Amino acid sequence: MSQKSSFEPLPVELKQDNKKLGNVPFRLEYDAHKKGGSWWVPIISIIVALMICAVFILFNGMNPITVYGKMLAGAFGSSFGISETIVKAIPLLLCGLGVAIAYKIAIWNIGAEGQFILGAIGATAVTIFLPNLPGALYIPVMMVVGFAAGAIWGLCTAIPRTYFQVNELISSLMLNYIALLLLDYLVYGPWRDPQGFNFPGTQEFTPYQLLASLGGTRLHFGLIFALAAVILFAFFLAKTRWGYELRLLGANPVAAKNAGINITKHILIVMMISGGLAGFAGAIEVSGVAGRLMYGISPGYGYTAIIVAWLAKLNPWGMIITSVFIGSLIVGGYSVQTIGLPSSFSNMLQGAILFCLIGGEMLSKFKLKKVD
Amino acid sequence: MSQSANVIEMKDIVKTFGEVVASNHVNFEVKKGEIHALLGENGAGKSTIMSMLSGIYRADSGDIYINGKLSRIRSPKESMELGIGMVHQNFRLVDTLTAVENIILGEKSNKWRGSSWMKKKIEEIEELADKYGLTFPTKVPIWQLSVGEQQRVEIVKTLYRGAEIIIFDEPTSVLTPGEVEQLFLTMQELKRNGKTMIITTHKLKEVMTIADQISVMRKGTMIAQMSKEEATIQSLANLMVGQNMADEGFSIKVIEKGKPILDVQNLVVRTKLRINAIDRINFSVHEYEIVGVAGVAGNGQKELAEVLTGLMQLYSGQIVFNNEKLTAPSVQQLIDKGIAHIPENRMKSGLAGSLGIIDNLMMKTYRSNARAKFGLMKKKENMEWAANLIKKFDVRTPDMVSPVAQLSGGNQQKLLFAREIDINPKLMIAVHPTQGLDVGAAKAVHEMLVQLRDSGSGVLLISEDLEEVMQLSDKILVLYNGKINGVIDRGQANREVIGQLMAGLNYKEGAFYEPEIVV
Repeated sequence: MSQKSSFEPLPVELKQDNKKLGNVPFRLEYDAHKKGGSWWVPIISIIVALMICAVFILFNGMNPITVYGKMLAGAFGSSFGISETIVKAIPLLLCGLGVAIAYKIAIWNIGAEGQFILGAIGATAVTIFLPNLPGALYIPVMMVVGFAAGAIWGLCTAIPRTYFQVNELISSLMLNYIALLLLDYLVYGPWRDPQGFNFPGTQEFTPYQLLASLGGTRLHFGLIFALAAVILFAFFLAKTRWGYELRLLGANPVAAKNAGINITKHILIVMMISGGLAGFAGAIEVSGVAGRLMYGISPGYGYTAIIVAWLAKLNPWGMIITSVFIGSLIVGGYSVQTIGLPSSFSNMLQGAILFCLIGGEMLSKFKLKKVD
Repeated sequence: MSQSANVIEMKDIVKTFGEVVASNHVNFEVKKGEIHALLGENGAGKSTIMSMLSGIYRADSGDIYINGKLSRIRSPKESMELGIGMVHQNFRLVDTLTAVENIILGEKSNKWRGSSWMKKKIEEIEELADKYGLTFPTKVPIWQLSVGEQQRVEIVKTLYRGAEIIIFDEPTSVLTPGEVEQLFLTMQELKRNGKTMIITTHKLKEVMTIADQISVMRKGTMIAQMSKEEATIQSLANLMVGQNMADEGFSIKVIEKGKPILDVQNLVVRTKLRINAIDRINFSVHEYEIVGVAGVAGNGQKELAEVLTGLMQLYSGQIVFNNEKLTAPSVQQLIDKGIAHIPENRMKSGLAGSLGIIDNLMMKTYRSNARAKFGLMKKKENMEWAANLIKKFDVRTPDMVSPVAQLSGGNQQKLLFAREIDINPKLMIAVHPTQGLDVGAAKAVHEMLVQLRDSGSGVLLISEDLEEVMQLSDKILVLYNGKINGVIDRGQANREVIGQLMAGLNYKEGAFYEPEIVV
């Protein structure tokens, strides 16, 4: 950390421009210290994103209100819809917590996808290599190994970052592809179920290796894990000495260094937790939803989690809401297929939301000032 | 318009950054074919003026004439088209490209860039470089070149782009003495070829060596222009640091110093560029004593503060603190031993602007059991403790949680002092503690430093504000080029003596003498 990142953005001379806006007696002033936007920025971004996407719906000759209504009904209109939405929200929430903790100290981990896959692989490895474990031990061991596998994948980003100043954005992204190809290799190769009719997946898990479902729905015990993770996350960051160190490191690394905080150690630990949470989500996904490791185990949860984290402004409690919201977009996306829109419409909406959100954060740092 | 011989004429230039007036109705003229030195302390406004010439900033008001023609320089490109080239202090080179690739970077050409084209370019550039005696390897990546060689690449880059006026921004600050000598030979060669040069610097000796014409700036104002023949090092030093200002009526009683708390012997601190930023210095700080460190910025002050706070490690020599030899201490160990630190730039390295009062106050003490138990922060106790501290130090704040970036500079500095004094320091290292503060806040800071001394701590006050150093210090060390160029006791200090020591003049047996000058 002693050297500045080679990817530091170019200095923008925003403060210099004290020019009037035409003949209006106001000027825009950029204030880097302004507490960037409050709760209304995410809400406005979502509204703006919905409006942008409405234009595309209109181009398709449909009524946006009908389409959005359909999505809402698909996600929340039935008990099946609600449970599906929450099933999607669980991995999003865990991965969101994972990336959020890294973002708190300005480490831009975008490798949750790969860490998620590694977690899924780790949990599955337990079922394959330890076939004779006592039944009750399976779930705890699978969860721990899943977490550890994600954490190691996180370290693969953190170690080059701290010791050789390798930009973590690039390394974490690249590791996603390695993880994805490793998954493909395993499910098409050595781990493929011989009785699986050539389906790229492992053997189905035994009942001991599956997470208990809640109330007979597709909802599973992972929900409890995810909510527990939220509570722990909030507690550690707000109440503990370690949380204080992270807060300081995120707010001003130079001052943190002056206060004697070991930045290297913190980056390593945080990236282990960040990767670990995503890995945990992967382990939950294989044992709670898929019941086996298979091709395409993640439909991009690790990337979508970035939106979940930013929409909630990295607040763990807020991420409960945003993960359910993004989960509902995914599930709602399935239901718009029935009226002729592609399901990728939901991806477009997610992208538009992130775009508006980042723009909104930036714009909210401007102040309109009266010219004296 | 006046004489046509002026290649640059800046008239009544005003530039403000927010509240700060960086350039206050400045007039600046440069004649063709001369080497013009622009002299001033850090923050005097030299760089602002040069940035306007090179198109980085635009003046709020005032006119710039280049070769007698009114010119609007809106971008570095336009500046280049007017024949102005700049050699920046921090080189603008791409590390992984070769020298030639760097030089032709951005050149517009529709031609096929094959190997024969490249070969031609290399020859062309080598020829140009040879003409001015500028040698550097043309075919290896820039990062493998020495700093002096990189600078030569920068110079050739400006020449290649047709510069007739070359601006050198603090060109010697990164060079070794040998490289400085070489640079000056180059500049003389360029002069023989009719180029005009402007060099910004705060090193007087260099000005007297190389410049034909000298302009002096202070606090955003142009205060003097003269030829070298009219100038002496002494007169320039006095112009640069300014005359005695009215005494603000701050009195400090002289007290007996106690036992030594910090003893520095033969200390050498090396920068990454392997330059001795601190070069074999010896001094000590006692209890009940304020030791001031005066000097023009960049003469080792930063490194001295960093090595004493654990942010940098010493290269050789030793530091004895409280009768204990320190070898490679960490920042945290030094905090625990009782070294407090008011860093140079409070918002950049002292406070976390987006966090509230409590979080900022805890920075040095959050590890203690008073602040946390079993790793859990004691919220209620910390709140009370912080409230007491800000009351004691009179920090005016709306509440305890709003970001400290919103406080005034004076209140931020009080907050910083509250935090540092709260650790009951045996030694306080205060770097530019009143920079950017108004008179009232500066006075409060001075009082806090004196109180700290009177309660038995040692204080090392590193400051560019001579007035402040002279008022507060029981002993003044003058740093020049990483060495202590003079030690002056309270009462014997006067501006003139310090100014000349700061400028690198030696003082022996009651008289100054000029050290020999390179080249």
